[in-house]
Amino acid sequence: MKRIALLGMPNTGKSTLFNRISGASARVGNWPGITVDLLSAKILLGGHIAELIDLPGIYDLHGFSEDEQVVRHFLTNNPFDLLIVLLNSTQIERQLSLLLQLKKLGVPIVLVLNMADEARRAGITIDTENLAAALALPVISISAKYGEGLPKALTTAAHILNEQKATTNPKSINLLLQEESLIEREMEDLIQKHVQIPATLTDYTTDKIDRILLHKWLGLPMFFAAMFLLFQFIFTVGGPLQDGLAWVLDLVRSSMLEPLFSTSPEWLKGLMLDGIYNGIATVAAFVPIIVLFFLVMSMVEDSGYLSRAAFLMDALMAKMGLDGRGFVMMLMGFGCNVPAIMGTRIMRSRPMRLLTMLVIPFSLCSARLQVFIFMIAALFSTKHAPIVLFSLYVMSFLTMFLTAVLFQNQYKNSEPFILELPPYRFPTPRQIVLRGWQEVKHFLNRASKFIILGVILVWLLTNFPSNVAPASVGTYAGQIGVFFGPILDPIGINHELAIALIFGFVAKEIVIGALAVIYGMQGDALMSQIAGQIDWVQAMSFMLFTLIYTPCLSTIATIRNESKSTAFMWLSIAWSLGLAWIVSFVFYQGARALGY
Amino acid sequence: MQPLSQLATGQQAVISAIEAEESLFHRLSALGFRVGKPLSIMRRASFNGPLQVRLGTTDVILRASEASHIKINPI
Repeated sequence: MKRIALLGMPNTGKSTLFNRISGASARVGNWPGITVDLLSAKILLGGHIAELIDLPGIYDLHGFSEDEQVVRHFLTNNPFDLLIVLLNSTQIERQLSLLLQLKKLGVPIVLVLNMADEARRAGITIDTENLAAALALPVISISAKYGEGLPKALTTAAHILNEQKATTNPKSINLLLQEESLIEREMEDLIQKHVQIPATLTDYTTDKIDRILLHKWLGLPMFFAAMFLLFQFIFTVGGPLQDGLAWVLDLVRSSMLEPLFSTSPEWLKGLMLDGIYNGIATVAAFVPIIVLFFLVMSMVEDSGYLSRAAFLMDALMAKMGLDGRGFVMMLMGFGCNVPAIMGTRIMRSRPMRLLTMLVIPFSLCSARLQVFIFMIAALFSTKHAPIVLFSLYVMSFLTMFLTAVLFQNQYKNSEPFILELPPYRFPTPRQIVLRGWQEVKHFLNRASKFIILGVILVWLLTNFPSNVAPASVGTYAGQIGVFFGPILDPIGINHELAIALIFGFVAKEIVIGALAVIYGMQGDALMSQIAGQIDWVQAMSFMLFTLIYTPCLSTIATIRNESKSTAFMWLSIAWSLGLAWIVSFVFYQGARALGY
Repeated sequence: MQPLSQLATGQQAVISAIEAEESLFHRLSALGFRVGKPLSIMRRASFNGPLQVRLGTTDVILRASEASHIKINPI
């Protein structure tokens, strides 16, 4: 099979192009010579199946960041047939250096100039024909966002692949990589002859928006107000959808599944309905909110606003030994901690990376959000609900800041903070839908792996040994609850919640699924059962513990992989568990002492 | 010649020297900081935060401590 590598600078729309070419067929995989997973997809090109690999965005083939090393290691360990180099047309005068570095390797290249639409608006004219002749390789102008020019780029790639006899030789690339040469002069020469750029490039729209959003004093309050409004939007739209889905799931149970299992043995009926179905239905009811959440997050991410947040927050973050990028990672962690931790690769100083990785797990991710929405709906009035949820987000930031302040002396660093500020861009509906679909796929994937297994295990623990009443103290689950009693009683967490917490260690999605199984109920019945058993102080203590203790096994594994240190992983687990207990203890005992 | 960190906001200048260790030099040059290139400071973040620098078609944000490695001549 032919192999094509896709390479470009950050902010060139590389993932947009990759998604457009691959549709939704991408998968992650391991590659020789590198320790991180890369996204790849099988595509049909010129009558053959080819594999397209998405390499990380880099500024410089000879740079020192981890991503830059990943690219070098990929090129020197894996033979390939074609390199698609993607550059941003609006910044061609500086990005061309990367192409010239790659060209020195003597590999077959197609140069694709993205953002042709933006370049046109900015008044940049690129003579692709003569540039192609000067570079002696095909140059194609495209707009990955709108798909313009894409067929031509793919035909050109297919043509080269069909002509190509042998793959690249990793060994010779390795030798060539070691020779730095007269790239700078060549670049200036090419730009001068073939590219015309107006003297002062001004993207008026971006400048106008920046004048407001990056305002010296109003910038930060506006950022938080914008975030608050987006969350309001998610819950206003998502709430009714969630109720509707819960109603449908309940209907499926009562009108289809219960008659279906009416004749089967009691234990099978229990396992299928009270175990697996209740567990999954309770979790599945949150899918609409999670999808909306990711749609909104990806819109904010792609818009360029997050880099502005880094600009606004950097001074504050510097006081905690972090930088503006760390703040962006925290915000990304609100979606899922795993990609946020992987995102720390852009930092080159190890202490800075470790400190950021220690902080991210306190970021209130979408899986924990499900638990909170559920508990809040069960125990708080609609009037108090937004305040409680908001206080949990505040708590999330406070624990992150506290961790950074306490550990910043252990992880001292002098990482330079230099970041590109991209112009504002608005993602197309296609981009948004594709992203949303990937998140749903990811959720279903987790659901099939963790949640089903988790709820079956919880069902077994709460129903055996079979000679005692289900979910009573005599069952295995009850015994585990009693065992952890001395630690969890002082923070107001009862035995049922304790079981859910233990399973939450694997993935937070299991927590409410586990509660559904433990109580053998779903939806409103489950909520009122829990509300009858614990008061709001206990619920808040449970939520604080859930927020702060280790997010999930995937996050732990990612911390281990990215830090390459088992000791650091244990530090992260121990610190978050300890902090969770202390915060819950102080809250619970404090509230009780005050008479609540 | 003065460090970029001391350039007034809105004032145009030309880079006259970059005095940084290798990895910072590399990073700066990959983002377009080269001797002879014109630039200007668009704005400064509050609380002594980073500078937003416009270099040709690219906007870059960097801290004053990094900007002090870049020497400029105002024009």
